[in-house]
Amino acid sequence: MEAAAAAAAGGGCGSGPPPLLLSEGEQQCYSELFARCAGAAGGGPGSGPPEAARVAPGTATAAAGPVADLFRASQLPAETLHQITELCGAKRVGYFGATQFYIALKLIAAAQSGLPVRIESIKCELPLPRFMMSKNDGEIRFGNPAELHGTKVQIPYLTTEKNSFKRMDDEDKQQETQSPTMSPLASPPSSPPHYQRVPLSHGYSKLRSSAEQMHPALYEARQPLVQPEGSSSGGPGTKPLRHQASLIRSFSVERELQDNSSYPDEPWRITEEQREYYVNQFRSLQPDPSSFISGSVAKNFFTKSKLSIPELSYIWELSDADCDGALTLPEFCAAFHLIVARKNGYPLPEGLPPTLQPEYLQAAFPKPKWDCQLFDSYSESLPANQQPRDLNRMEKTSVKDMADLPVPTQDVTSDDKQALKSTINEALSKDVSEDPATKSGLLPPPPALPPRPCPSQSEQVSEAELLPQLSRAPSQAVESSPAKKDVPYSQPPSKPIRRKFRPENQATENQEPSTAASGPASAATMKPHPTVQKQSSKQKKAIQTAIRKNKEANAVLARLNSELQQQLKEVHQERIALENQLEQLRPVTVL
Amino acid sequence: MAVCIAVIAKENYPLYIRSTPTENELKFHYMVHTSLDVVDEKISAMGKALVDQRELYLGLLYPTKDYKVMFRKLHNSYTVVMCNPFYNSGDRIQSSRAFDNMVTSMMIQVC
Repeated sequence: MEAAAAAAAGGGCGSGPPPLLLSEGEQQCYSELFARCAGAAGGGPGSGPPEAARVAPGTATAAAGPVADLFRASQLPAETLHQITELCGAKRVGYFGATQFYIALKLIAAAQSGLPVRIESIKCELPLPRFMMSKNDGEIRFGNPAELHGTKVQIPYLTTEKNSFKRMDDEDKQQETQSPTMSPLASPPSSPPHYQRVPLSHGYSKLRSSAEQMHPALYEARQPLVQPEGSSSGGPGTKPLRHQASLIRSFSVERELQDNSSYPDEPWRITEEQREYYVNQFRSLQPDPSSFISGSVAKNFFTKSKLSIPELSYIWELSDADCDGALTLPEFCAAFHLIVARKNGYPLPEGLPPTLQPEYLQAAFPKPKWDCQLFDSYSESLPANQQPRDLNRMEKTSVKDMADLPVPTQDVTSDDKQALKSTINEALSKDVSEDPATKSGLLPPPPALPPRPCPSQSEQVSEAELLPQLSRAPSQAVESSPAKKDVPYSQPPSKPIRRKFRPENQATENQEPSTAASGPASAATMKPHPTVQKQSSKQKKAIQTAIRKNKEANAVLARLNSELQQQLKEVHQERIALENQLEQLRPVTVL
Repeated sequence: MAVCIAVIAKENYPLYIRSTPTENELKFHYMVHTSLDVVDEKISAMGKALVDQRELYLGLLYPTKDYKVMFRKLHNSYTVVMCNPFYNSGDRIQSSRAFDNMVTSMMIQVC
């Protein structure tokens, strides 16, 4: 850091600073910043870094310390900052008045946009300057906790909505009242997450209403990120209440030890948690991670983010690198990341940042693919597990009546049911929409409902509507089956019938097992039981549970039967009515 | 070097039109419109049997070899815009920066 003598201003330009035209957002932002810096005027000029201008007493000026910190947080090189302070006139007048401060901010914005640091640069329309604060700076500079209290600088938050800005303001003020001597562990975790909560919750509140999944998961993803950050900010008594507007924490160089450390000023780098989250979202849209999401699916998904269509269109343009109208996993992650960044107020880049390029993403994060593969293989194994069981059942039972359940089949199926149930529960725990009740009811279907003749086929078709309600993995095998009507009755029809039971089971809520129709059925089931009781008690219990479930299924089927009979009657009546009409009309038509 | 570039929709309204500001823009708009007649001629001349739905690129209406590359680029950029799911058919092409950049590169550089 060069030592800049405030008095001996080398570069003060002859003319005064030109009149500044600030947009509304800029105005608000700058005035906030100025208030912060000015409010910290009592914060000790002595500790300020040398390159700041001298502090002049008075309420209308910003203190050098916070101003210098703010400028440094803009991540511009020291030379540039030096130029800026000269140009804005602070050197000349010796203090940062409001005018000088605003000009300086505008110059910072210009420099960050790549424009040369000149007075002419600030005449044009510029984005807001970006400031990334790292806590380490605070520690180093301000060992005195009392100073820290007043040296918080509000980061201009690039959001179009002023509400969020004000909310952050409130949060900021709340934290200001915290005691500065709080232990670092207690304080940093509370304040940054507290702070983070605000922009995140605000930014994502829109998301929350429409895409419920996004917010909680993303928010939780933030928490683990913040904790390590807080714990590493050692230093007794320091209160690094620096707020970070960046989506990714901007850690200083000393923090590279942490695994999920991000690079300063690189909001376009995807962290591990974010990556996992994006991958999960991808999976929810497209189970195969090596395949891609079609344009329409992606459109529906991203529209939920409530960004404007032109912005989404632009994000798509950036992220669909091969311009094929579909998003592969890295492209999807890039798009998602851009959307998240935009929602946090970042302006969209002109081109796809190098850290978001598909090749980079694929190289950097190969691991999630393996997880996906594991998951897929797991879910694939489930229908495979089920099918042999079905075949078993089908081979062993050829009975049309549910009641005549051969004993060995029950043994097999009941044990299998338990095992399969547990595996399915594990595998499907990632499903969001299904409730566990559905899943637990997945497997315990009565073994082998034999394929019925045509009336049952129609039943299956009508019950096919129930299929969409059910969970994905097992139903993959099923959904193809209702289509096959010509296939021999053995395996496929049993599955839809089984599916039928599941919601019915749910609906009936395990009603009483015995109804009039199932009475004789249960009586029939009682017959094989004496033989069963000779077997081990474990089998007995299993069989009894199976029996109970069969009875329930019985009841359900009986009810279904009665309903269908009812429908049949009605249809008959309609047919009779139509035939009557036909009869009446016939003498007329016959010429 | 083009002085005017336009993309016309099926319903004969412009999806995208840009011309060098020095000239009278209206003249260009008229010219674009009259050129549609030539397109119609071509389509009807091809006959129904020959119309291959996939071969949408009719090619140059008039033989000018200089502009072949340019038209190709335009067509490619247009297909890229269409691939964007957020672009609804019939919308004006105003959000695609890639398209804009491509057109800028083709327009006459007015100093």
